[in-house]
Parts: sequence; structure tokens; C-alpha cells
Amino acid sequence: MLIIEDLQVKIGNKKVLKHVNLEIQPGETQILFGPNGSGKTSLLMTIMGYPQYKITGGRILFKGEDITHMTIDERARLGVGMSYQRPPSIQGLKTRRMVQVCGNGHIDVDTLAEKMNFTEFLERDINVGFSGGEIKRSELLQLMAQDAELSLFDEPESGVDLENISLIGNTINTLLQRVNGTQYDKTTKRIARERTKMGLIITHTGLILDYVTADKGLVLYNGTVAGRGNPVEIFKQIKKAGYKECARCAA
Amino acid sequence: MRGLDDMAYKAKDKKAAIGPDIDLDSYSLKSATHADVKNLGTIPEEDRERMTLAGLDASEKERAGTYIQRDATAVHSGSNIDGLEIIPIRKALKEIDWIRDYYWKLASVDTDKYTARVRLDLQDGYVIRALPGKKVTLPAQACLYLEKEGFNQNVHNIIIAEEESELHVISGCASASHVTRGLHAGVSEFYVKKDAKLSFTMIHHWAEDVVVRPRSVGIVEKGGLFLSNYISMKPVKSVQTYPTTYLVGKGAVARSYSLLVGSPGSELDVGGRIYLQAKDTRAEIVSRAITNGGNIISRGDIIGEVPGAKGHLECHGLILNGGIMQAIPELKGMVDGVELSHEAAVGKIAQEEILYLMSRGLTEEEATATIVRGFLSVDIPGLPAPLKAEIDRAVELSQKDVM
Repeated sequence: MLIIEDLQVKIGNKKVLKHVNLEIQPGETQILFGPNGSGKTSLLMTIMGYPQYKITGGRILFKGEDITHMTIDERARLGVGMSYQRPPSIQGLKTRRMVQVCGNGHIDVDTLAEKMNFTEFLERDINVGFSGGEIKRSELLQLMAQDAELSLFDEPESGVDLENISLIGNTINTLLQRVNGTQYDKTTKRIARERTKMGLIITHTGLILDYVTADKGLVLYNGTVAGRGNPVEIFKQIKKAGYKECARCAA
Repeated sequence: MRGLDDMAYKAKDKKAAIGPDIDLDSYSLKSATHADVKNLGTIPEEDRERMTLAGLDASEKERAGTYIQRDATAVHSGSNIDGLEIIPIRKALKEIDWIRDYYWKLASVDTDKYTARVRLDLQDGYVIRALPGKKVTLPAQACLYLEKEGFNQNVHNIIIAEEESELHVISGCASASHVTRGLHAGVSEFYVKKDAKLSFTMIHHWAEDVVVRPRSVGIVEKGGLFLSNYISMKPVKSVQTYPTTYLVGKGAVARSYSLLVGSPGSELDVGGRIYLQAKDTRAEIVSRAITNGGNIISRGDIIGEVPGAKGHLECHGLILNGGIMQAIPELKGMVDGVELSHEAAVGKIAQEEILYLMSRGLTEEEATATIVRGFLSVDIPGLPAPLKAEIDRAVELSQKDVM
């Protein structure tokens, strides 16, 4: 379980998160809505542990441990993973090696890459010259290898062409144990009961909602949670009335 | 040849154009004569290990032949393949007529006091030649080993890829573990003939107080390819080298790659100069340097003399734990229609990259090491697998010093 209590965060002198509260139960996936600059990415980066996001108040608990002051790698090893929107490219570091790093040497890179339709990129330097969609596939491939318990997705559908959007959606579902095409004998309820993976997904377009059935949605507005509810309903409201209005209605 | 000796004598105190000046008289020219080594397995383990670090494969499993010199003595010289010749140069000068067509034909004895010293006090060196049409895909290996404390080793090497041949050479230089101080001066002349391919990979593994002055000149004829790699990642007091290559035949290509790590107290002044003198010639000079408290000067110079010649220069430097990193790229176009370009960058590892890797579970140190390794992993096209493996190994070994 992830518990965020009264979280306050600054970048430099600017307050980017103001008293954020959030709980994600084991097996639960939540969607994070909000306009540009509302603090969505800041929240994900703070959970992951980026040092430039300075926590000035509150705390973060993960699996019963206080991770508020843990380093990024300690959090990663505890089971927090992130799919970035614009990760850095690293010259000379092959994608294959990066995926190995994520899997801590215990995975079959080729089989995983085949699933992600990403085999031809394994011998290329990570993110060097990748298109927006290729970056997303690469990020998801890394998350698959990492097999994180809490996955944070920063706009996983942005820049992805229509051909690959369902691949992205299905991969997120697999990562979060949302559906399991190979286990037809299990009822949806049973899958839900056995599910342990947690997810927090930022979406701008809402496109991902067509593929991933999330449990809850929340709206971040001006650095604080302005509303919570059914993600599909929230998205309808945002489309109809805009974020400002929606922040009010959902509250 | 009398004339050359006179020229050398006149140049015996001539300072080099660049690099710190060395007092040659503070090193000894005398060393014991070492016994022949028939079987490479009989080299004492301690020495074999040091040689291995400079790329020597004592099993010769993936080598076409071997030359080993200890101080001033050629102790082993032999080819395992028809069409590949490996001969100590002093023997070649006594027994082979054609060597006179190559000996001091590219390098000038009066370049500076180091070339003069090699001319006047030659202690040996190797001649490696692939016969016409012969494709030798396994690398030939040479190791120049410094064993006597304070010794001045002077070698002269001649490497010839005859017409339509293929030749790969890995030339390792190392010092024994007890050696702290020494001077290595080496003249190398490279001849890449019509449609031949030569790759020459030099790996240095010296000690903290060793001074190194290689002087290399190469010529590439029509359709020839000359790949020259230089790897120096271990502590060394001072290296200054600026090899020159002339592309004289249509379509000749030269590529040069340097991987350098400058440890505290080390001074590396390494460059490459390529003259494009014929139609459709191509040159590429790539260097990746990391200073870890040392002083690195990375030079490159491409001179385009004919229309249609193309060249590119790339110097990338990282400052990791202090030190000085200087990139000096130069281009000179002398006619219409040449295309020359360069990119140079000196910087540090981006924090963003370290954090990205940490979020995949690596510690900060592991993340830094992974990025450094990536930085030094340059894809060098045209190298056979055993050579690639040696370069990867050298990069891997450098990690311990860099971190």
C-alpha cells in the first residue's frame, strides 16, 4: 500500500505540492488528472524520490515503510517504478543493457522485447533518436523487466501512434494485473482479489481510459487534490466543463 | 644511411614541437639481454598478467602470431599463418633487402630528439607484414615490455599490408609491476597498399612515472583502409603522440579512435592528423576522454587538399573528479569542394542520467560507472571480434580507476 500524508513539496522556492493526501491499496490503479502545471509530474517525481523535489512537510509510506527520505535507488529496490514522459538519452548504453539493469539480471531480455515489439531497438543506445512512441515502449519494457509493485506512468500515451496505443494499453494492464488473457478460467472478481500491483497514471488525453480500467480518479489542481471519483465520470466532466469547473464539481 | 645518422645526430637535442620536454640522459640505455621465449606459457606469471592487461593472449588461441620484446631484447617472434610475416626489425635490417624500401621512408629521423634517439640507439621493434591478397582475420599481437627500472626503450616498428591484403595488429605496451620509472620512444611506419585493410590497435598499460613518446606515420594507397585505435586508461606520467596519416590514393580511408583516461598526475597529449590528398578520400578522428584528476589534451587535425575529400573530427571529454580536459580540433580546407566538420564537447555526467539509472535500481556509483562505460563504448566498425573483446576488456578494467 502507498500512503501519502499531507505532502508538501518545493522546487527551489516554488511550492509545487500543497498538502496532498493519497492512498493506493494493493491491487488498485488510480488515474491522475490535472491541467499543465498542476503538479502531476511533481507528485510522481516526489514519490520516485527525485532530490530536486524537496519535501518540506508530510510523509510517504510504502509497504509500511516510511520512504520520505529514501534515495531513488532504495525506493526502486523496494518496488517503485516509473515510466517517464521524456527520459534522458544515454550515449553508448545499449537498450539491452538497460533492460538487464532493470531486471537485475534475472530476466530474458529477448522474450520480453518480443512481447513489446521492440527487438530491433535492443542494440541501439537508450532513447537516442527514439520517437515519442518508441520512448514509451522502451519505458514500459523497462518497467516489465523491473516488475515493480507500484508503477508510476507519466502520460504513457503521449506521442504514441494509433497502431501502438492498444499495445501500450495492454502492456499497462499486464503490468498492473488488470486483465489476464491467458487465464480464462478465472473470473474477473477472482483476478481482482488476487491482484497486488498498484498503479498511478497521469493522462492528459484520457485515451488510456479506453484500455485501462482504473479504480479511482483524482484531479490535481494548483498543487493540491481538488477532487476524487470515478475516473470515467471525471474525464467526461473535464471534457464538458474544463478543469477549473471540474475541480469544483468533483470536490 | 650515413646521412640519416648525421641528421639524427644533429637532432639529438631537438625538443618536440609539443609536450613537456624530457631529459633523455636521466634514463639508462643499458639492460640485460633476456633469453628467448619459445613457449609463451613459460613467461613468468607475474609478467604474463601485465602483458595480458595490454592485450596479449599467451595461449595464442585467437592470434595469428606474436612478437614479444623485453627491454631491448626480442624474445619471441613468430607467425602461425601462411602469408603473415613477423620479424624483429634488427634481424630484418640484416637479412632482408626490401626492408630498406620502408625503413625511415615515412618518419623523419630529425623530427625531434625521440626519433633521433630511435635512429641512433635502436633496440629492436617489429616488422609485421601481410603478403599480397592474404586476408589475415585473426589479429597478430605484439608486446613491448619494460622491465628495467629507469630504462629507455627505443623501438622501431614497420607494419605493411600488401595489395588486397587484410591485417589486424594489436600492439600492447606494458611495464613490469616493479617498474615505476622509464621512457618508451617508438617510431612506427604504416604502409597500407592498394585495396588493403589494416587495423592497428595500441593498448598502453604503463606505470605512474613512465614517459611515452610514440612517433607514427602512415600512408594509405588507392582503395585502402587504415583503422588506428589508441587506448590508454592506466596511470602514466606523460604521453605525447600525434600520428600522421597520408591518404594518397583514390578512395583511401583512415579512421582513428582514441579512448583515454587521465588519472591524477597523468598528462596525456594525444592527437591524430590526416592529410586528404586524393579524390574521394575519407577521414574520421574520434576521441573519448575522461579525466579523473589528470591533464588531457585531445588534438585532431584534418587537411583537405583535393575536391571531394571528406573528413570529420569528434572530441568528447568528461571531467569526472577534477583535472583539465582540453579539446583542440583543427580543420584545413585547401580547395573548393572539400567537406570537413568537427564537434567537440567538454562536460560532466548529467545528473539526470544518473538519477534515471538509479530509478531502475542502481546505486549512484553503479549508475555513474554504467554511464562512463557507455561513454567509452564507441562502436568501431571493421574490427574482428577478438579485438573488440580486448577493447571492451580494457574499458571494463578502467572502471576501477575511474570510480
